Amino acid sequence: MAITAGSTRAEVQETWVAVIRGVERFERRSSLQTWLFRICANRARSRFGADHRQVPVGVPGTTVSGDRFNSHGDWIDPPEPWSDVDDRLTAEALAPLARAAIAGLPDVQRQVVTLRDVEGLSPNEICEVLAITEANQRVLLHRARARIRATIESGPGRDIT
Amino acid sequence: MRFLTRDLVCQQAVELVTDYLENRLSRRDRKSFERHLAGCPNCTAYLDQIRRTIAATGHIEAETLDPAARADLIELFRRYSDETG
Repeated sequence: MAITAGSTRAEVQETWVAVIRGVERFERRSSLQTWLFRICANRARSRFGADHRQVPVGVPGTTVSGDRFNSHGDWIDPPEPWSDVDDRLTAEALAPLARAAIAGLPDVQRQVVTLRDVEGLSPNEICEVLAITEANQRVLLHRARARIRATIESGPGRDIT
Repeated sequence: MRFLTRDLVCQQAVELVTDYLENRLSRRDRKSFERHLAGCPNCTAYLDQIRRTIAATGHIEAETLDPAARADLIELFRRYSDETG
């Protein structure tokens, strides 16, 4: 099914129903969702204004607990290396854990990491879709990735020595 | 990045991994970061884990996204319908 910018509203509706219900298999489903996300986000942005999603980012240096460093900023509780050969730590095996971690993220973090690392949009595309600045996008991505890593670390990563 | 000094400490280094992987560090800061990594197995392990986290996330198929992520798409569609309806 070819989707172009000229598709009619009825086609869009139909496609959405299929995507949401999961009743139809699309050859390039991920791209389709990205495209839908973009047109809908554009509408939402024009309605709610360009700045409604700006998130106060504060000081960026807060993704790893300060308890894990000494007063000089050196690790006192460093990450245990993840084995290269452990079957539990392959990307495929960790994907369900990453998916669960993403579900627990704050809204905009979840959207940024989904678009960047699941859908593979460029940072510029994400800024356009979500109407956020590039600096904002990167801080949100940074926090989201750190949270997902921490979830993995406290799961299968914990047992690896 | 303004706060970088010659002697980057671990607590600063871990906050630079995204800028590093997204290729957003200046050449000077990149060198400073890589110099720290060269002498720090702990931060090297941390960066490796972030890379593997990204790889794991990349293995999630869009159609198996958790309901929360999926709800983002549906919410956007609802707004789209309101806008064009």
